[in-house]
Amino acid sequence: MIDFELTHNDQKVLAAVREQSLVCRRYARHYDENEHEFPPDALPEAKDHPPAYAMLRDRAPDDTSFPVMSMLIVAGESWGDYSVRMRRGTGGLGNAALRAAGTPEQQKKWGGLTLAMAITEPGCGSDPSRVQTTAVLDAASDEWVLNGEKIFVTTGCRAQGVVVWATIDKSAGRAGIKSFLVEKGAPGFIVAHKEKKLGIRADDTAAYVFEDCRIPRGNLLGGDETIPKESSGGFKGVLKTFNMTRPAVAAIGLGMAEAALDFTRDELEKAGVAIEYGGGLHTQSAVVARFLKLEALFEAAQLTVLRAAWLSGQSQPNNLEASVCKAKAGTAVRKITQGCIEILGPMGISREHLLEKWFRDVRITDIYEGTGEIQRMIAARTILGYGRDELS
Amino acid sequence: MISFEPTEEQQIARDAMHEFAAAALRPVARECDESASLPENVLEPMHQLGLGSTQLPAEHGGGGEARSPITNALVLEELAWGDAGLALAAVAPAAFAFAVADFGTDEQKRALLPLFCGARFHAASLAVIEPGPASDAALPRTLAEPKGAGFVLSGSKRFVPLADRASHFLVIARNNGGQDAFVVPRDAAGLRIGQPDAKLGLRALPTASLELERVELPASARLGGARGCDVRRILDSSRAAIAAALVGLARGVLDYAVPYAKEREAFGQAIARKQAIAFRLADMHIEVESMRWLAWKAASRLERGLSATRAAHHAHAYAAEQAMWIADEGVQVLGGHGFIREHPVEMWYRNARTLSVLEGTLGL
Repeated sequence: MIDFELTHNDQKVLAAVREQSLVCRRYARHYDENEHEFPPDALPEAKDHPPAYAMLRDRAPDDTSFPVMSMLIVAGESWGDYSVRMRRGTGGLGNAALRAAGTPEQQKKWGGLTLAMAITEPGCGSDPSRVQTTAVLDAASDEWVLNGEKIFVTTGCRAQGVVVWATIDKSAGRAGIKSFLVEKGAPGFIVAHKEKKLGIRADDTAAYVFEDCRIPRGNLLGGDETIPKESSGGFKGVLKTFNMTRPAVAAIGLGMAEAALDFTRDELEKAGVAIEYGGGLHTQSAVVARFLKLEALFEAAQLTVLRAAWLSGQSQPNNLEASVCKAKAGTAVRKITQGCIEILGPMGISREHLLEKWFRDVRITDIYEGTGEIQRMIAARTILGYGRDELS
Repeated sequence: MISFEPTEEQQIARDAMHEFAAAALRPVARECDESASLPENVLEPMHQLGLGSTQLPAEHGGGGEARSPITNALVLEELAWGDAGLALAAVAPAAFAFAVADFGTDEQKRALLPLFCGARFHAASLAVIEPGPASDAALPRTLAEPKGAGFVLSGSKRFVPLADRASHFLVIARNNGGQDAFVVPRDAAGLRIGQPDAKLGLRALPTASLELERVELPASARLGGARGCDVRRILDSSRAAIAAALVGLARGVLDYAVPYAKEREAFGQAIARKQAIAFRLADMHIEVESMRWLAWKAASRLERGLSATRAAHHAHAYAAEQAMWIADEGVQVLGGHGFIREHPVEMWYRNARTLSVLEGTLGL
């Protein structure tokens, strides 16, 4: 049955998330202003707050499904702050790739490490088939030799290892691209610096350099050294991991957008401007009408995220919906945070408040994990029934 | 529990309605628009589908099924996909009947509900919209004043659906500081029904204005009797229903633009292969989905008996804006063909603008 109400259990979990999230928010400004510092793995308050995900173990059959709840939890966490977490999770995007494509031996050896994922390079972002980093097999020593530069590596400084995309044959294009597991400390693997950013400044975003970096032959993720003739199967295996990470990124942005809306609503109410839903937009003051539109936009975007996650919980394909929600939320959170600043004016741009930070922080969510344009490309191909060669 | 799964019955109803819309509404939509007419031979089959009566109580001749705003939203999306004007005409009486079923006294139900459960289509509708800019459905200017045990109604209503044939109107009016709904029969003294409106769009749906010049009504005309009724609820239901109709209209535009763009060639290839067009279509799809989930959410809150004012507001306001945008983009994708009346897109463009202005005319 179509339903949008949270059960009592659902609400309990999300209330706990919000409570923790507010604690995190106390640290938000500090780590934004002190970009070189990393928030701790666990806040001092963590001992008083059990992990929210643990509460999801105890569920009744009529509670909201795990994927949908995950999105609401992700949003609830970033509602407090993007970068500061009560406890830092151990996994990185590389771990998702390992789970999706790693051999049993690789899972065993690497599964316990936090793995970042290094795809983007100074010359290629949205089109990973243009990867220039090379991996050359040294048959004599049975090692791969990596050379190249990677940027925007999330969790790149803290990660204990990384999944690196590199080509073993540039002439083969996409088919020649493979993923490699590289441990921190491998010779020739240099963490160049932490990137300086518009927002999510406390976040760990690294730049890597590989200079004749030697790794064992068995570190090729999945172990398949052959170059497929036609299909890009291996590549697709990794891209598949995006079907839940894209909705999650959308949810992250929406958490911050909701914080901006909550702040704006509170400030308007303090100023004596009440938000009423009874009249039509044409009967409202410009400020209230503007706010109502932003709120409706938020709801719309949130529902697309829940839809994508719900499909995943039903074991139904959600490739299109993952892109739809990422595109929708990516645009929505930009408009919402920009609009809230416009509504509040000077209060919106002052660093005394977090609104200007949310405005900066949400901006990344329409860029990473596939830009809004990439999402539209995927959506367009799907609804038009076009392949890559027909629309690019 | 958050779920996007329609029940099996809802899926069957939706599929049946889609088939009907494709087979019975699409072929006549243009002709109804051109002639600004609503033929009986279109209305009757829609009545046979049981749109209004299946969810009315069995004791008054209805099907006795539980009221489901969600089912109605799914059905309305399909009908409006076929044609928004005809869809609204078909369900306008249900808006009247549902309000009576929800809030009416036993006497009102006994007198009025059987009208909608007969073999033939029976017209009645809500009278909500008022003339002048910034008309607010929730704060009507039409006034009900006490007179003896009854009331005297004064004011005007505009764009009242099926005004040319309705037996009764449910007139929303200010009463003693609050709002109430009054059952006004067509032949009430002092009620003047205007000429059919000449409209921009939704021309298949006949509408007209009502002038209420000191219309004297007995106490029993007040919906719900001494208890009155929840006008807010009627308006919320109406907004949610119009949102669902807007989803259907917008989806119709998208469904038309996609194959057109794949067929139409420019500079040696289908225009759909150009990002300028492809991304536009992707955005149209994204918005149709967004609108639909908001409409479902509002319907679901109504169905659960929860306050739906906020959800219905968002669903309606968002759908109104996006349906207009989608219809606008639809015309652009078709270019010159979007402008000529050989294709339905220009009609949908007019319908989108018209439908998104209407509020409070169908409280499902």
